[in-house]
Amino acid sequence: MRNYLHCLTLIVTVSLQPVQAEVFEHTLANGLKVVVQEDHRAPVLVQQVWYKAGSMDEITGKTGVAHVLEHMMFKGTKTVPAGEFSRRIAAAGGRENAFTSYDYTAYFQQLHKSQLPLAMKLESDRMHNLNLSAGEFSKEIKVVMEERRMRTDDDPHALLQERMMSVAYQEHPYRHPVIGWMSDLESLTVADARAWYRQWYAPNNATLVVAGDVKAADVFKLAERYYGAIPRQILPQRRHYDEPVQIGIKRLLVKAPAELPQLLMSFHSPVVQHPAQDWQPYALEILAGVLDGSESARLNKHLVREQQVASAVGAGYDSVSRGPGLFMLEATPSDGKTVQDVETALRQEIATLIKDGVSEAELARVKAQVMAGEVYKLDSVFYQAMQIGQMESIGLGSGALPVMLKKLQAVTAEQVREAAAAFLKEDNLTVAVLDPQPLDGKKKTVNEGGQHVR
Amino acid sequence: MSANKTIISVLSALALGFVSATACATPHIKHWISASGAKVLFVEDHNIPMLDVAVSVPAGSSFDTASKSGLASMTHHLLDLGTAQLSEDDISRGLADTGAQLGGSFDQDRASVSLRTLSSEVERSKALAIMAQVVQQPVFSDAVLAREKARVVAALKEAETQPASIADKAFQKAVFGAHPYALQTSGEVATVEQITVQDLKDFYAAHYAASRAVVAIMGDVSQAQAEAMAEQLTAALPVSSAQTELPAVVMRIPESEQRIAHPATQSHILLGAPGISRSDPDYFPLYVGNYILGGGGFVSRLMNEVREKRGLAYSVYSYFMPMKQPGALQIGLQTKKEQADEALNLVRNTLAEFIAKGPTEKELLAAKQNIVGGFPLRIDSNRKILDYLSVIGFYDLPLTYLDDFSGKVEKVTVRQIHEAFARHIHPEHMATVIVGAPDALPSKSGDGHQ
Repeated sequence: MRNYLHCLTLIVTVSLQPVQAEVFEHTLANGLKVVVQEDHRAPVLVQQVWYKAGSMDEITGKTGVAHVLEHMMFKGTKTVPAGEFSRRIAAAGGRENAFTSYDYTAYFQQLHKSQLPLAMKLESDRMHNLNLSAGEFSKEIKVVMEERRMRTDDDPHALLQERMMSVAYQEHPYRHPVIGWMSDLESLTVADARAWYRQWYAPNNATLVVAGDVKAADVFKLAERYYGAIPRQILPQRRHYDEPVQIGIKRLLVKAPAELPQLLMSFHSPVVQHPAQDWQPYALEILAGVLDGSESARLNKHLVREQQVASAVGAGYDSVSRGPGLFMLEATPSDGKTVQDVETALRQEIATLIKDGVSEAELARVKAQVMAGEVYKLDSVFYQAMQIGQMESIGLGSGALPVMLKKLQAVTAEQVREAAAAFLKEDNLTVAVLDPQPLDGKKKTVNEGGQHVR
Repeated sequence: MSANKTIISVLSALALGFVSATACATPHIKHWISASGAKVLFVEDHNIPMLDVAVSVPAGSSFDTASKSGLASMTHHLLDLGTAQLSEDDISRGLADTGAQLGGSFDQDRASVSLRTLSSEVERSKALAIMAQVVQQPVFSDAVLAREKARVVAALKEAETQPASIADKAFQKAVFGAHPYALQTSGEVATVEQITVQDLKDFYAAHYAASRAVVAIMGDVSQAQAEAMAEQLTAALPVSSAQTELPAVVMRIPESEQRIAHPATQSHILLGAPGISRSDPDYFPLYVGNYILGGGGFVSRLMNEVREKRGLAYSVYSYFMPMKQPGALQIGLQTKKEQADEALNLVRNTLAEFIAKGPTEKELLAAKQNIVGGFPLRIDSNRKILDYLSVIGFYDLPLTYLDDFSGKVEKVTVRQIHEAFARHIHPEHMATVIVGAPDALPSKSGDGHQ
């Protein structure tokens, strides 16, 4: 058993007082890691249980099973009937839900600080006593299909994103949507859900995060009481994928009912593996800020405000994930402009950046936003717990957070330029275009791109 | 600071010494009228070295006319795109340099500008100086207006193809008819294209009046600093005597059902009618009753019938949107086209049953347990408290609103809910919109809602 404390003292030079967030860790004998963040501003708490099992652990033909199981976790255990979990949390004044991603599946409850025993009793129960019945499964799989229709099939931008991912990745399971392909949802059975639950839902594959108006020692005691007796399990070997190196630009077109086209440019990029040694992921984080950190950042200033080639632009990059990363640019052409025009403009931005680099002022601006963000995040206990759970689940550990913050602050202008040159290149690129279709399925007769007069 | 300032302190339960297992200290709200005439609500809190501030004015889309729909939103949108001394880039760069975040919100009633900044002297002063200009000295340039009109028009055209926004537009129209609450908050393609700089200047001068502004301040500043900043943010707002009264909402609407074609796989279904205003005496019975009907997450009747028992939808909900004038009761869901009518009938039956019989004692108890027990979650961050300050100030709610909240919920009875629903909601006077309806006739592209 380990029991130690690490203390994130943020070096916020601009603030009047030091900002501290205390994080306590303790691992139970059965392998369940417990992380506690104390925050005594309000008499509330959040419990989150994170399982290191997400859609990237699924196999072909069974996509969506991680997320379906997440739904089934509310359908009762040996002693708690279906729906009762939600009723008891609600009766205790709580809010609750769950989410599944490529990398993990997590469950949470937000409650008054006096209600932690109830939350732990219920959450620990469904960690090992879930009752997966065929009857409940047959109803819930329909709900999941409706969720897929709503979130993806009928949402042109989500559809573009889904199809882009399935082209950008050649082998890695990131090519499959978290919610699963419809034909897989149609063929999944309760036996698949049971197999998934048996494989991955174990204390030694989970992290318990409790944040809020609690004392770490009390939380560890309660955790031992409620989760301590759940047996450790042998976990399946995780498949490691070496995504084949891309050897040329990829392009795809997605047709969907919409008015405006959209362009997505995704570049394969590294993520943090060794927080203290890496530099490229941090440089890419800063790069995303230089391009899209504010309304006056490069993309909006140049493409929307000055050239007016785009009506909306964005850049995104996440340096922490279990699998390989993407650096993404997106743009919607303005009236009279084409996706070719915005692609050219985005490529020009990249070329300028690689040639001339970024200014010290731009660098300082992004870092100021990062540091202020570290203060602002203290206003959300839920977000801080999220960050801890995510870091634990992808294997870096929440102890890496202060290291990563320091590394971000240390990024130089030259590193940003070098990272851009290294990764924002043709052979890393997938270009996805949304081709808008008229609602009635007929070809458009209006003069698209022309003046609109009514 | 000012001579006419009155400080009204709200003693929290904690200060009074009533601390039980579930008691929750509500924030200590200070309130005064600034020399500018603006109403100020302030909560001092030094736990985090940051400051949140919001300025709200009654300048939402309900102050638009049908022929200039979108003007209010465009005025709000252009506030931070150029001031007397700062270009749009100066504004966004200046804020980013200090790590500050400028935001805003806009709805039928209210236009707000909000700022989150570090509370340290240098950063706070810089950020507030920029916000003060944004709120009080916008210039509304021709070039920026032309560019932003094109962007808004593009977004409107896109919205006209998406089932959720098509449904929303048709629903507001069916519920509010000729009332300005029926207008789309960001306008119509044709009306936005006609907005001029003079329109913006006139709207700003008429509706961004200091005497009608509400300043909410939350965080790491002293009262003296809060007083100075409220004055700094409102002293130069226009003096206006423009009419701000809205026409009355027609409460009994004719029953209607619109079936609109769309190629989506799901039907988007909305049902509703004019509901209640913020000041309605039935607010609490309807709020608690709606929790039972369709507001209570996974445990509501609608969720139970539609999703849990039959798997017909991922999301189904109901809510009252209390506004200055009665806002809508809205019930919504999305379901596979083929089963849209089945789901719609189920929702109608569930509502009719609820109106006819009211909730059970058991349901009411569960609702109270959740709402009262969950009260601390409503005020557990500076952000949430700031939003409450704005709402309390803007809608003239009592300063004891948060202190009284749980008690008012506790007092609600089954009979009150039953009677309040029967008084306000009449199934034979409701509007229904189904976009992507199974049997709708194909319509012209982009005009499916006509």
